[in-house]
Amino acid sequence: MEQAPPDPERQLQPASLEPLGRPDDDDLEAAVSEEAEGAQEEGSGVDTMTENNFSLKKIEISVSEAEKRTGRNAVNMQETYTAYLIETRSVEHADGQSVLTDSLWRRYSEFELLRNYLLVCYPHIVVPPLPEKRAEFVWHKLSADNMDPDFVERRRIGLENFLLRVASHPILCRDKIFYLFLTQEGNWKETVNETGFQLKADSRLKALNATFRVKNPDKRFTELKHYSDELQSVVSHLLRVRARVADRLYGVYKVHGNYGRVFSEWSAIEKEMGDGLQSAGHHMDVYASSIDDILEDEEHYADQLKEYLFYAEALRAVCRKHELMQYDLETAAQDLASKKQQCEELATGTVRTFSLKGMTTKLFGQEAPEQREARIKVLEEQISEGEQQLKSKNTEGREFVKNAWADIERFKEQKNRDLKEALISYAVMQISMCRKGIQVWTNAKECFSKM
Amino acid sequence: TDINSFSPMMPTSPLSMINQIKFEDESDLKDLFITVDEPESHVTTIETFITYRIITKTSRGEFDSSEFEVRRRYQDFLWLKGKLEEAHPTLIIPPLPEKFIVKGMVERFNDDFIETRRKALHKFLNRIADHPTLTFNEDFKVFLTAQAWELSSHKKQGPGLLSRMGQTVRAVASSLRGVKNRPEDFMEMNHFIEIFSQKINLIDKISQRIYKEEREYFDEMKEYGPIHVLWSASEEDLADPLKGIASCIEECCTAIEKRMSGLSEAVLPVMHEYVLYGDVLMGVMKRRDQIQAELDSRVEALTYRKADADLLTEEIGKLEDKVECANNALRADWERWKQNMQSDIKSAFADMAEENVHYYEQCLATWESFLTSQTDLHLEEDSEDRL
Repeated sequence: MEQAPPDPERQLQPASLEPLGRPDDDDLEAAVSEEAEGAQEEGSGVDTMTENNFSLKKIEISVSEAEKRTGRNAVNMQETYTAYLIETRSVEHADGQSVLTDSLWRRYSEFELLRNYLLVCYPHIVVPPLPEKRAEFVWHKLSADNMDPDFVERRRIGLENFLLRVASHPILCRDKIFYLFLTQEGNWKETVNETGFQLKADSRLKALNATFRVKNPDKRFTELKHYSDELQSVVSHLLRVRARVADRLYGVYKVHGNYGRVFSEWSAIEKEMGDGLQSAGHHMDVYASSIDDILEDEEHYADQLKEYLFYAEALRAVCRKHELMQYDLETAAQDLASKKQQCEELATGTVRTFSLKGMTTKLFGQEAPEQREARIKVLEEQISEGEQQLKSKNTEGREFVKNAWADIERFKEQKNRDLKEALISYAVMQISMCRKGIQVWTNAKECFSKM
Repeated sequence: TDINSFSPMMPTSPLSMINQIKFEDESDLKDLFITVDEPESHVTTIETFITYRIITKTSRGEFDSSEFEVRRRYQDFLWLKGKLEEAHPTLIIPPLPEKFIVKGMVERFNDDFIETRRKALHKFLNRIADHPTLTFNEDFKVFLTAQAWELSSHKKQGPGLLSRMGQTVRAVASSLRGVKNRPEDFMEMNHFIEIFSQKINLIDKISQRIYKEEREYFDEMKEYGPIHVLWSASEEDLADPLKGIASCIEECCTAIEKRMSGLSEAVLPVMHEYVLYGDVLMGVMKRRDQIQAELDSRVEALTYRKADADLLTEEIGKLEDKVECANNALRADWERWKQNMQSDIKSAFADMAEENVHYYEQCLATWESFLTSQTDLHLEEDSEDRL
């Protein structure tokens, strides 16, 4: 059973929804396949989304065009960048017709801003990654230039994939800023910044500190961190070697093209062999040029793997947040315990712990009982406040673990589905390459035999 | 017609006469079988050299025995080639492998070099054996049958070094004249040889380049497969397809190796031999031109009355015969050579195409079986879900 390499859009499952209404799975799939066939170049996906939490419409998102622009940047210097056209269509349930509801242009940096916002506001979610900023894992024919049309085209597809991933996520799809990203052209950046999300962001230093000093993180997160490190390392290795394999394969095919030229020149002096040489040469040319399409298809496969390479970082971000919260909790608990002990010591008069006050008391005489009472009272207030905080931190921590883990399970299933399909599509590509090879060489063999 | 004007040995047995007439069916009536094998290194105080074992099996009457085993070194082959060229200046003597390959040689005698040379020497002797005229050459017989000391003493006979050198100098001086009066068909032949040499050189280089690129492709694929196995170690649900892909890649690597070995046996030696044939052909052309030049210079001398007219006329008569024989010998051998060339080239490329078809068929089978296993599994899982 042969399948064409699937578009990532086609794989997206409908988001599971709140009781407001659930689109029929069959309808959704029908709409997806129709659109996918009709819009091979652009690609599209059908997803549901709430609009201001009131009504549900089936919508399609596509990043349909890319355009080179020039403008002035923050320091008033001329720069060239690429802008991408995002079109949103709503699908009327009854007749399946789609109507263009919004269309606006965004550049890569705005996508980055959206993603950073989502990362900060939904730390328990494995936030879909963006396609790479600069071309990596290139082999000799591919350009490392950001302006190269092939790179831009693959990036366009990657950005569309990103939007579709967000739109099909049960929680992220409801975000207002995401909705505005698709619908509000002007002032969107200001709107995002006004939310003040940058203030909520955890400092990298704080997170690093927590990672080192946390004592009791949930084991599952520790394992997940190791998994994501391994995933990153093995997939990047795979992509590097794949690029080298592609390079070599390119070389093998292209050198055969030289046969074509020489056969043709040689055929000029041959009476009997001439025709055979000439037509065999033609087949060599066909063989040599067939590699271009083959490797272009493989680039799409590489992009599918790359997405999960970048997902590894998203996984680590969730783990880091957990470690941070856990460390915070442990520190708060430690603080509370030490305050309780201090209080106890003051009350009973025993000094078990070292404190400056204790030392000065020993040296300079005991303090007055009223002072001691005052201090105990302060500590008791702090302790009661601390206990409340600890309780809420505990609850927050447990909520976080529960929600994060739910999303991680969702992610795992998505990853297994997507990667399995990618691997199968790789096999399909190889099969197609082999069939072409058999055909060309069978034709060439016939020409040689007739010489 | 008998083109053996310069061979001291006339065919005597009926079997070998049949051989002479039937050029195409040489292999059916073969009565001389030669193999070259077992390279051995010999170290003396002066030098180190390799000898090759040569086994000859024959039913020919003029041979004292039906089986011979001798050892020969490259120098001996060079000697044989020289003698054949001397005896048959306008026959196309098969090429010898190069003396040494300057590019990329670390030691003079690495295993690949010796093996390639051995195969080429085997081809050389068999081509001579298959040639209707050369096969009866006396020096050839001595080469195949004489013991080492016998060969040494045989080599010392014949025109001395100095006289041979003298001939060469005169030949070079007069070769240009021969070119001017070259008959039309030899002009065409020369043109063919020039273009052919060019093209076969390119083909040889392209083929070597393909071999090199395939090796590098193989090396990368060898590294590529195992990474999938490594990945499968950290994945539960994906372990099966990942390992499947790794094993497909491994099988493709085996197929690549087979394709490479096919290329190196069927194509590379053939192309290289014909590159060397290019030089051989140019040499034959030159010698023909020299023989013609000799005649032309005598004719010129007669025209300008440089010497005794009667003597010159006699000489010219002999030389005219010589030229005609040389030209006819070359014409016949040329046709034979061209036919062989076409057949060899056609075979080589057809084999190459066959190797490639086979390679892709193998890879196709392996990937298709992987795909089936994955989609079958998929269907199994689906039906389990529905239950």
